[in-house]
Amino acid sequence: MGAEFVQLSLTPLLIGVLAAIACALPGNFLILRRQALVGDAISHVVLPGIIIAFLVTGSLETWPMLLGAAGAALVSVVLIELIRRLGRIEPGAAMGVVFTGLFAAGVLLLEQSNTSRVHLDVEHALYGNLESLIWLSAESWNSLLDPVALADLPPELSRMAIVAGLIILLTVIFWRPLKLSTFDEGYAAAIGLPVGLIGLGLVMAAALAAVAAFDAVGSIIVIAMFICPPAAARLMTDSLVRQIGWSVAFAAFSAVIGYVLAGYGPILLGYDNAVSAAGMIATVAGVVLLVACLAGPRRARVGASGSSGI
Amino acid sequence: MTSPSLELVASDTSGQSDARDRVAALALSEMTVSYGGKPAVFSVEARIPEGAMAAIIGPNGAGKSTLLKATLGIIPRLSGRVEVFGVPLARARHRIAYVPQRASVDWDFPTTVEDVVLMGLSRELGLLGFVRSRHRQFAAACLDRVGMADFASRQIGQLSGGQQQRVFLARALAQRADLYLLDEPFAGVDAATERAIVDVLKSLKDEGRTVVCVHHDLATVTDYFDHCLMINLRKIAEGPVASTFTEANLQATYGGRLAGGHLEQLRLPA
Repeated sequence: MGAEFVQLSLTPLLIGVLAAIACALPGNFLILRRQALVGDAISHVVLPGIIIAFLVTGSLETWPMLLGAAGAALVSVVLIELIRRLGRIEPGAAMGVVFTGLFAAGVLLLEQSNTSRVHLDVEHALYGNLESLIWLSAESWNSLLDPVALADLPPELSRMAIVAGLIILLTVIFWRPLKLSTFDEGYAAAIGLPVGLIGLGLVMAAALAAVAAFDAVGSIIVIAMFICPPAAARLMTDSLVRQIGWSVAFAAFSAVIGYVLAGYGPILLGYDNAVSAAGMIATVAGVVLLVACLAGPRRARVGASGSSGI
Repeated sequence: MTSPSLELVASDTSGQSDARDRVAALALSEMTVSYGGKPAVFSVEARIPEGAMAAIIGPNGAGKSTLLKATLGIIPRLSGRVEVFGVPLARARHRIAYVPQRASVDWDFPTTVEDVVLMGLSRELGLLGFVRSRHRQFAAACLDRVGMADFASRQIGQLSGGQQQRVFLARALAQRADLYLLDEPFAGVDAATERAIVDVLKSLKDEGRTVVCVHHDLATVTDYFDHCLMINLRKIAEGPVASTFTEANLQATYGGRLAGGHLEQLRLPA
C-alpha cells in the first residue's frame, strides 16, 4: 500500500465511494416514495442531456454538462407526468417509455454527431472511466500534503466531493419535511409544506448526483446505487435514520470491494485482465441486496408489501 | 383585520343559537373540485360553527373526502374560498389539524409510533430544531389520551388498523389545533377504537374546539354529531343534526337508495 496505491487506486476509490453515497442518499427517499424508477429514468436521460449540451456549447466543461443533464431530467419528469395523465398509463410504464426513449435518442445523437474527437461514447456512458481517473503526480502518501501534487488531482474528484457534500447537507437540512412528505404527503400539504417543491427538489438532487457520478463512473453504477444500497438498508432496520446510515455503509462497501475485486479478482483467479470496475461495483451492490434479502433482520415485516406470509 | 372581535368570539364557545352572527370555524363558499376530468364537488358551501361536532355525510363517491382535501389545498380546487375562523386558510393553517384516511399512507414506512406523533410538532420544531425531552413527554401525553401510551417505540407496521387510526389522532392532538378535520376516522376500526376516538373527539368539543369528520355510518350520526353537512356532488343540506338529518334530506342525498328498514334504524329526529 505505497506510492502505487496512492497514484493508481486512491482517487478512483474515493470517487467511487463518493458517487455511490451521493446516489444512495436520495435513493432512500425515492424508494420509500415508490419512485425507484425515477432514479433509473434520470440516469438514462442524462445521456441525451449531456450530448445536447456538448453540441450547443462545444465543450465538455462541467457546468454546461450539468445544466444539460438537469434540463433533460426536468424534461423527462414532465414527459412522464404528461404520458401518465394524457395516456392514462401507469407510472412505471410511463417512466419505462420515457427513459428508454430518451436514452435511445441520446445514443442516436451520439452516433450522428461529431463527438468522436472527445471522450464521449456509448461505452463510456455505461461504464464510465473510473480506472483512468488516476493521480499521476502522486508519489506517496505525502503527496496528500503537497499543494503542487494536489492541484493535479483529477477534477472529477473535487466535483464528486462537492456534489456528495451538497447532497448530504441538503438531506440534513430538509430531513424533517422530506421525511414527513415521504411518509404522508397529504398531511404534509395540510400543514402547509410545499410538497410539490419538496418532491421536485428530491428529483433534482437525484439528477445532480446522477450527472456528477455519470461522467466518472457511468450510468450502471448510478442506477445500481440509487436502488441497491437503500433497498438492502431497509431490510436491516425499522428506523429511517439507521436505514440511511446502512445505505451509506453499503454504498461505500460496494464501491471499495467492487473496485478491489475488479482490479485483483481476475488476476487471483488466473485470468490476465482486470474487469470493469463499474460493472463489478454494481454487481457487488446487487450481491449485498441479495444477502440482505436472505438474511436481513427486517426482511419479514408484517406490513411489508409483497410479503408472502409463508 | 377583524382579530379583536375574533378573540371575543373565540372565548365564547357556549351555545350555538347565535351561530349566524359568529365567525364560523370553517366557512366554504362556491367550492368546485374536479377529479380526473369530472366534477367531484360542485359549488358546495358550508358554515361549520365554532365548537361544533360536525359530520360530512353522503354516499360513496359523493365527494366527501375530495371536499375535505380541497378545503386543505391537498388537491387543487377549480373555484371556491376557504375561511377558517374568519381568515383565509393560508393564515390559519396553524389552527388546523388534519387526520387523513388511514389507508392513504404506507404503514411499512421505517418509523416508530412516537416519531409519527412528533410529526404533529413539525411547525414548532422547524427545520433543524432538536426533539427534546419535553417534546417526547408531550407526545407521550398525546398517545396516552388515545390509549396508546405503551406503543411509543413500536414500529408503525406492527399496529392493527384501529391502533394506526389512534396514532393518527394522537399526531393531530399534538398540533393543539382549534379545528380538527378527520377523513373517515371510524373506517375499518374495532369497536373499542371507535369508542376511544369518539371520547377524544367529544373531549375536544368540550374544550371548545371544532371537529369535522367525513363520516359514512349513518347509524351513529345522531349519537356522535350535532351538526351535519349532507352532500352528493352538490350540497343537499346543512345544519344542526336535530333539524337537518331527516328522512327527506337523506333520500335526497342518497337518491332514494336507502331502504325503508334502513331508515327506521337511524332513529331520525321527528
